[in-house]
Amino acid sequence: MEKNFNLDIISPESILISEKVNSVTIPSFEGEMTVLVDHIPLITFLRPGIIKVDGSKQNQFFVEEGTVEFSNNTLIILSSTITSLENFKNQNISKIIEESKSQLTQDNLSDKAKYIMSHKIDTLLKINQ
Amino acid sequence: MPSLDDLRKRISSVKSTQKITKAMKMVAAAKLRKAQEMAEKGRPFSDKMDLIIQNLSKAINDPSNAPKLLVGTGEDKTHLCVVMTADRGLCGGFNTNICKLAKKYFDEAIKSSKNLKIITVGTKGLDQLKREYGQYIIKRITLKDKKKLSFLDAEEIGKQIVELFKNNEFDKCFIFYNKFKNVISQIPQQQQVIPAKIENKNKNDEEVSSYEFEPDEDEILDDLLPKNISTQIFKAFLENSASEQGSRMTAMDNATRNAGDLVDKLTINYNRSRQAAITKELIEIISGAESL
Repeated sequence: MEKNFNLDIISPESILISEKVNSVTIPSFEGEMTVLVDHIPLITFLRPGIIKVDGSKQNQFFVEEGTVEFSNNTLIILSSTITSLENFKNQNISKIIEESKSQLTQDNLSDKAKYIMSHKIDTLLKINQ
Repeated sequence: MPSLDDLRKRISSVKSTQKITKAMKMVAAAKLRKAQEMAEKGRPFSDKMDLIIQNLSKAINDPSNAPKLLVGTGEDKTHLCVVMTADRGLCGGFNTNICKLAKKYFDEAIKSSKNLKIITVGTKGLDQLKREYGQYIIKRITLKDKKKLSFLDAEEIGKQIVELFKNNEFDKCFIFYNKFKNVISQIPQQQQVIPAKIENKNKNDEEVSSYEFEPDEDEILDDLLPKNISTQIFKAFLENSASEQGSRMTAMDNATRNAGDLVDKLTINYNRSRQAAITKELIEIISGAESL
């Protein structure tokens, strides 16, 4: 039996990945989840985190937001803020953390925005270790 | 009859114009290739986004509670029109075509006594619309200082539109842009973005209902719909910039050819009048000699 499914990671500028993979771990809005073959149809969206792709080679991406659809053994990830982790590490992460932290202290933030922001900081700290 | 000197000057001026148009054509051709590539790369994103929204909207059981961005406010009073044009001229009928389509729609909307609000993107469209429809324009956006369009720019505009919608400033939103068909033909388009258009296809109904949503449909839609608007605007940006370059390339190609024709005509004129002057002088000499 075939153990892999199609993965399309698409940003507005280009198609980042379109290949067959074994499993994908995504930071879904309500918690991390791993998608395997024959998952039930699913639509969800993402919080800041890391997408781990286990395919012909291991790939990792940093996302801030995005939309995910799984149906007929095809996983589509749409995100306008997706970068591969290697490229992302070249940026000045500490600076982004500082910016995010200062945004988090603003008063007019909704609970949802706070939730997203704190996850962003957590993920960034993890990357920065 | 212009003098020989005048003709010579005209020929050289037309020739230098030709050089400029030729250079512009080549620049446009190079930019077109890039813009076309970007437009093609951007298509899957908006297509997939559309697909997901179609699937989601079918799964909504209770339309009265659905987000207003999807189903509309239920009224049809105020129309917001986003007219997207270029920031530069010399690109044939590109800007004029969009404005023509937009004006036609504006007139209809005014006739049927609807409130009209206009956002212009790009300065050329603003120039053409501000005289007649100046009082309706609520925002002027220019992207002149941006070298490369990014999704963030589109998102910025999308956010402004959603903000206006949430403040109940309008009921329906349309964007006007040129769709890139090929180098010589660009089709001005009018597209409705709010409320989102839902196609009624029933064939996949059973499959759709089995989707698992996490969190629930409404929250996903709340997140997705503003993104969809930004995506549509970004798509329009890309199509527009490809169209602009294509249109400019064709316009400049025509201009170069016209200048070539003009130079040929002027050169014939020049040669004829030179010959005429020589003949005249000869006749004068001969008749002078005969009279002696």
